[in-house]
Parts: sequence; C-alpha cells; structure tokens
Amino acid sequence: MSLSSMRIAVLVFPGSNCDRDMMVAIERLTGRRPALVWHKESSLDPIDLAIVPGGFSFGDYLRCGALAARSPVIDAVLDHAARGGAVMGVCNGFQVLVETGLLPGVLMQNAGLKYVCRNVTLKVCETVDSPFTRNLSVDTPLTMPVAHNEGNYFATDDELARLEDNGQIAFRYTDGAAWGPANPNGAALDIAGIVSSNGRVMGMMPHPERAISAELGGSDGATLLRGCLEALAS
Amino acid sequence: MSNPEMTFENAASMGLSKDEWELILTRLGRTPNLCELGIFSAMWSEHCSYKSSKRWLKTMPVDGPQVIEGPGENAGAVDIGDGLAAIFKIESHNHPSYIEPYQGAATGVGGILRDVFTMGARPVALLNALRFGAADHEKTRHLLGGVVSGIGGYGNCIGIPTVGGEVNFDPSYNGNILVNAMAVGLANSDRIFRSAATGPGNPVIYVGAKTGRDGIHGATMASAEFSDETESKRPTVQVGDPFTGKLLMEACLELMASDSVLSIQDMGAAGLTSSSVEMASKGGLGMEIDLDLVPAREDGMSAYELMLSESQERMLMVLKPDATDTAREIFNKWDLDFMPIGRVTETGRLVLLKDGGTACDIPLAPLVDDAPEYDRPTVEFTPHPTLESAAITNEAPISDILGRLMQTIDLASRRWIYEQYDSQVMADTIQGPGGDAGLIRVHGSNRGLAMTTDCTPRYVEADPRIGGAQAVAEAYRNICAVGARPLAITNNLNFGNPEKPDIMTQLAQSVIGMGEAARALDTPVVSGNVSLYNETDGRAIRPCPVVGMVGVIDDIAAAVGVAPKKSGQTLMVIGQNDSCNDGWLGASLYARHLADEPLAAPPPVDLDAERRHGEFLQAQINKGHIAAAHDIGDGGLAVAVAEMCIAGGMGAVLSCPEGGNRHGWAFGEDQGRYLVAVDDPDAVARAANDMNVDITIIGVLNGDDELKFGSGDAISVTQMKHDAEATIPALMQG
Repeated sequence: MSLSSMRIAVLVFPGSNCDRDMMVAIERLTGRRPALVWHKESSLDPIDLAIVPGGFSFGDYLRCGALAARSPVIDAVLDHAARGGAVMGVCNGFQVLVETGLLPGVLMQNAGLKYVCRNVTLKVCETVDSPFTRNLSVDTPLTMPVAHNEGNYFATDDELARLEDNGQIAFRYTDGAAWGPANPNGAALDIAGIVSSNGRVMGMMPHPERAISAELGGSDGATLLRGCLEALAS
Repeated sequence: MSNPEMTFENAASMGLSKDEWELILTRLGRTPNLCELGIFSAMWSEHCSYKSSKRWLKTMPVDGPQVIEGPGENAGAVDIGDGLAAIFKIESHNHPSYIEPYQGAATGVGGILRDVFTMGARPVALLNALRFGAADHEKTRHLLGGVVSGIGGYGNCIGIPTVGGEVNFDPSYNGNILVNAMAVGLANSDRIFRSAATGPGNPVIYVGAKTGRDGIHGATMASAEFSDETESKRPTVQVGDPFTGKLLMEACLELMASDSVLSIQDMGAAGLTSSSVEMASKGGLGMEIDLDLVPAREDGMSAYELMLSESQERMLMVLKPDATDTAREIFNKWDLDFMPIGRVTETGRLVLLKDGGTACDIPLAPLVDDAPEYDRPTVEFTPHPTLESAAITNEAPISDILGRLMQTIDLASRRWIYEQYDSQVMADTIQGPGGDAGLIRVHGSNRGLAMTTDCTPRYVEADPRIGGAQAVAEAYRNICAVGARPLAITNNLNFGNPEKPDIMTQLAQSVIGMGEAARALDTPVVSGNVSLYNETDGRAIRPCPVVGMVGVIDDIAAAVGVAPKKSGQTLMVIGQNDSCNDGWLGASLYARHLADEPLAAPPPVDLDAERRHGEFLQAQINKGHIAAAHDIGDGGLAVAVAEMCIAGGMGAVLSCPEGGNRHGWAFGEDQGRYLVAVDDPDAVARAANDMNVDITIIGVLNGDDELKFGSGDAISVTQMKHDAEATIPALMQG
C-alpha cells in the first residue's frame, strides 16, 4: 500500500498538546491527514496505525497517563493491538501505553527532578522484527528533542534483562552534539524507547514529530517516522 | 451579617485613602457595604486603575498603520499581513511570586495566556522577564527554582512554547523579585473579540473553573509595599490549574469560531469584579448578576468573597441570545462549568443579588470614570557624570577580564533555566531561547514572528530617560538581529512606591524615554501593565520598565541566528567605524564587576542611528549577506564575540586598535551596534557606505578553539563555554 492510503488515527485527550504537531508531521510524510480521534469515542474505524501523542492527557496531576489509560478510546486501541495492530506512543503517549499494560515498565520523574527540553541523540538498537525499527540503521544515530518531566524509564532487573534478551529496546540515549549528559532523565539502560514483544507496539520519550525539517532544527524525526510508515505500508 | 456597612477604617485596610473614601460616600450618597467597598477598592487599586501612571502612560505613542488594537483591551493587536494579527501583552506577577514562587509564576503565565485567547487569538508563544536578588542571597535559590518551575509547569502543560526571555540578578530584588510573563497569539484580523457588553437583555455567562476562596483581593495586595508580615498574605495568592486552563482555551476558541460570542473578558486581577465592571462600563450599559448562580468551590461564600476571588481559569462572556445551547454543548464537551448568571441591563448600574436580597447596587460610572488619577510629584533629575575609561581600567589582558565576566551571573548561560521550558511544542519554533530573539513560524506559512523582552535596570537607574529609551532600542536590535521588522511593543513598568518623588521621577522619565524611542523606531505601544510599590521595608527595586517587542519576517528561510556556520567568515561590527579605540564604560557590566559600579551616566542612545543600523541589518539579512548576527549589549564587543564563538563552536582572531583604551574598546557598551559574520565583507561594506552606516572589520572566524585579541592575548572558547554553563547549576546546587 502507498503511504497516502494508510489509515492513521491520532488520539486526542483533553490535555494532549502534540496532537496537531503529530498530525502535521504525518500529513507531510504521507500526503494524507490522519484522523484525530477524541478520547470519548469508544470505537475506532479500521486503521493501520494508532498514535498516542504527547501532552498532559488529563493534566497528569495523578500518575502521568493513568487517567488516559482508562478512557473509552483506549479499549478500542487495546482491541486493535490484540489483533496485531500497530500502536505508537510518543512522550505522554509512551506513558499512556505503559499505563495500559501494552508496554512493560514505568516512567518515573526525571532523575534531575526537573522538566527537561533539549536535543538528545538516539542509537537505534537491534530488535525483534518490528515495523518501528526495521527501516532504520543501527549505525545512524538520530537527533531530536525530548520535553518531559517523567521520562525516567524503570523496570525490575529481571524485566530489563528480558527486554534486552528479547530485543525490545528500540532506542537508547547516546553521546551526541547536544550539551549535557547523553541520558537526560536517568532512564535505566539509557532506554529512550521500547517495543512490545511482538514488535507491534512502540513507545518513546523523544519527539520525532518536532524534528521534521531543517528549519525546525533537524529532520531526523522525519527519518524515523518515514521508516515506520514505510515498514507498515509494505 | 455577611455584608455589613463599612467605615473609613475598613476602607483604609483595603488600601483606600481618606479622600478616596470621601469620594465613594459622595458618589453613592450613602455608606457602602462590605461587597461594595471591596469592589471600589479593587477597581481603584493601582493595579486596576493605573492612578499613578496614567498621566504618563498617555504620553506614549499608541497609533500606527500596523495597529489594530491599542491599549485598553485585554491585549494589543498588530497587523502582520495575510489577514492575520499578532495579539500580545506582558503582565507582572511580582508580589505573588515572591510569596509563593511556583503558583505565583504559574498563574502569571495562565493569566497572560487568558488575556490573549480572550481576544480570539490562539496563543503561539510565551516569553518572560525575571529579576531575582543577589546570587548569594539566602532566598534566591528557592525563588529562582520555584519561579522557573512554575513558568514551565503552566506553559509546558497547556502546550505553548516558551521561546525567549531574560533573567537578571541584583541585590535590589532580594526582597521583591520581578516575574513578568508575555504571551503572543495569532488571530484572523477580522475575528478579534472585545470586551464591551452589548445588547440589554443578553445573557451573561460564567465559564471555566469554579470560584474558591483563593486570591481574594490580590489586586489590592499587589498595590502595596511588602513588609516582614508578607508571609501572612499567602492566602491572597492564586493557585493555577494549567489543565483546566487548556480546556478553557480550547473551549473558548471553539466557541469563538461558532459565531456565538458578543463580548468576552477574562477574570484576572479582581476577578468577577473587574470583568463585570469593565464589560458593562465599556458598553455604556449595566449588568445584573445573581451571585447564587456562580459556580462555587465551597459553600457559604459571601458576596464579597465571590466578587473579589481571583480563582484562575474563569471567563465572563455575553452571548447572542440564541447561542446559549450551542455554547453549553461546547463547554460540556470540555467538561467545564457553563452557567448563565445574569444579564446585560440598560441601568448603568452593577446590581448583585444574593440570598434573595441585593448585595450590591452601585452606579458603574464612578467606578471607572471617577477612578482617581494622580499627578504625583517628581523631582528634577540630575544626570551623573560621564565616566572616563581610564578611571577604572588597567592593563590586564582582555582575555583575563573576559574569562571573569563570562562566569558572572550576569553573563552566565541561562540553559539551566530555559531547558525547563518546552520551547518547541506546536512544532513551529525556528529559534528558541538562547538567541537574540525568539522566532516562530506562522503556522502553515513561510512567515515568521520574532519576539523579545528587554530592560537594563542599571541604565534606567543611572538615567531613567536614557534607560527607558535604551530598553526599546535593545528590544528593537534583538528583533532586527534575526532579520525581522519590528512592529510594536508591550511594556511592563516595574517600579517602587510612586508616592516617593524620586521613584515617580524614575517612572515619568523612563516613560518619556520609552515614548521617544517607540516614536523614532515606529514601534507603538499596544498593551502593557504597571507594577508599582515594588519595595520591601522601604527599599525600592532598581527600576525595570520591561519592553516586549514583536516583529515579522516574510520568509523564515532568510532568518539568521547567533551561531556562525563556517570558519573563515569575517567578523564585522555594524554601527562602529575603523577609528574606534575606546568605549562607554559608565554603567557597564565591566564597571559593575571590576570597579564597584561608580555612579556614572549610561551609554547614550542615538535613535536615528538605531533605526538606520537596524534597517540596514534587516536588509542585509534578507538579501542573504549575513551568516550570523548578534546584538552587542551587556559586556560589549568582546562578550558578543565570545558568545558568537561559543554558539558556533569556533575560534576567532580579532585585530585590536592602537592607542585609546583597550578595555574600553573591548567592554564598552556603546549602543546601536551589531556583530555580524559575513562571507563577503566588501559587499556589506559597499551597501553600508551607500546607506551612511558605519561599519568596521574586526577579525576572522577560524576552526581553532581560541579567541585571540591580537597576538598573545587568547582564551579557550571551550573553557569559556564550560565556565558560562557551570555558573547557574553550581548556584542551584548550593
């Protein structure tokens, strides 16, 4: 299928604030505007990819993503994932996917106890077969911003060992040109993004949708998203 | 008795003078009750009435072909082309932020965002201007940490990027920090909403969060000096809820797109009081409100409390009579309260009903038209003498001095601060914090909006008229330095107690200076805010009239930043000629850090030259002749070069002048200058000659790690970067 015939849904919670950014990025890459789906919807039309965007879904005064994970639309996303459908969560979307149980682990407050917005460099890892990494080169680091207060990935030692053994670590923070430590939040094993054991669900803290053109400071985010979309379309 | 009759003692405790009390009695023809007196005191507070500053504010230019809406509405609006308007304003939250830094700063951001989206604009950027006490003062860490976290806490959650700002430290702010927040939004020029109520009988709707007992009488607190008892005023600080703010913003913008709203006003300072009074009085009408219908967070709130609460995230609007159902549906979707609480009347009176009785029935005209206006006494300002460079300079290598200055809190990197702000959400940020101006793309176009905040309080203190003009000129340079055309300004006048003639002189003179500069640079004032009584135990802050400026660039692809792209490029100074071998050190950072700040005149501002140099630079940038540009400001030429080298990760060799005063040349803060990196210096020099602009080549960029001043006087760029980056993190670690 061509990229423009892909059916993509971007979920919208009342406090989502990267929904438009993701929509613009996807439209730029596919030529087709994705559907914005309100959190109160209890069903999804057939789709090829569900995206949970960044933001503060329900204010995140409670645990980030905890309320969003219990909203009506998430039941539809769980059904979609159970059928092997692809799901991607970015930043708050990653937090939501962890809260739904689609991805393991938790995202704790940053080790520095502060919100952090800056560029990071990502190493693409060898993973279980996954549309989210298949078209990306492990030799080409990708630079894009993070912007979060709770991106400190944590899991038990057993769980972390299982993620490594299964090839579920998709992206790790690595040294790059940006000022400051490579790992911006203290995440275990420098984890920036992971995939589910079947490779069909991916969550990441960095924002590829913010790095889609040179004037925005770089286009590595477009490289990442295009790679995912092309793998899903093929 | 929840609404008793008042006495002068009650009025005095609310900050009203004897004369003001007598005026209320005369206008009402009777004694006001608690609720009524509360309304008068809030509306006549310095914060709402501008009673000390109005006389001077009127002298500033507010018109121009670009102006769509000048001062008087929730925010100002300027035409940026393509049928779009930039809507912006700056506002202070100084007193609350000192008492409770996180919430004070957060609600400052929330409040200014409401001002902008009330006008029908989607906010697209935030900036701020912050002043803290001395770096080593016991409260500075706590206040800096809390304020930065609060600004981020609100802006990051609601999803508006913070793209610029300025932060400075000075002992005069030890007991009275400044937190000024600016918001910029975009709207269609023909879809701007205003606050004047229309149509007697039309429903008055309350939307947003519920009203609680927070922030009661905050506007009055903000109009008084601080003392040791300030801690006890904590209950007057509002609590922010950025998530509800986001819901309110989305619901209001959705409703405004549906053609249902006749007028709208946010409940900011003085809450329901100022919103209802301003809407009704601007429309030349009256308003009746049933306070029992106001959504309240707690039971048993009195009329006084409901009217004076400054609970956040609330709006008052007048709807078209048949639009109530559409509007209710939208607010239900966003899970917000939506409550018709009254109606527009023809009476010219504000009538408030409560518990089956009348809690307030007062004419609106005196509240607004009879608000006191004072021509407070000023004194003759005696200028300080001009400082000769030789009086404070020595023969130390320039690199030694530069290395020291770059580590000072004044010049240290602000990264620790701005990395706590989401500067990229909305995915239109072309240049975020750290450059001369923030630059965002107008969504879906090639057009860019540049924006900045600026003020140099030490100049304002040294000569308020020059300092006022300089704040405008520096903001102008920041906008020009990215290649944009400055359009208009908003200002935030932060001063001490205006009842003291020397403080009033600072206010008056700096407003005159700002007005002169705004006129000369064609950047009229379209909105603003005044914050007075910034004193603690009788000691005033250094005067800080902050300028927020917005400009436009037609093609963001032409914009430049501070970072040069390749070595071999020539460094030139626009606004300086080849014979320059000294500089203006009076009131400079050099004088502050190396000579104990002797009283001296600040650098003069030549407004004709500013305009000529700024327009020249804009033209050269848009022709593609400039690779990088940087305003020469604090710390002078040497600091500007160091910052450019750090930004580009490059070295440079500068040729120093013969004779004169080397430190004056390197660190003088003469105005109207820009540092630029160019590929073809001859082309730029020819164009400068044609436009009668002084220009001089000062050196060349290279791929080394050293910044060299002639031969033998060098400093490592990497070392400077590390030192500049380390200062604030070290301060915060304690």
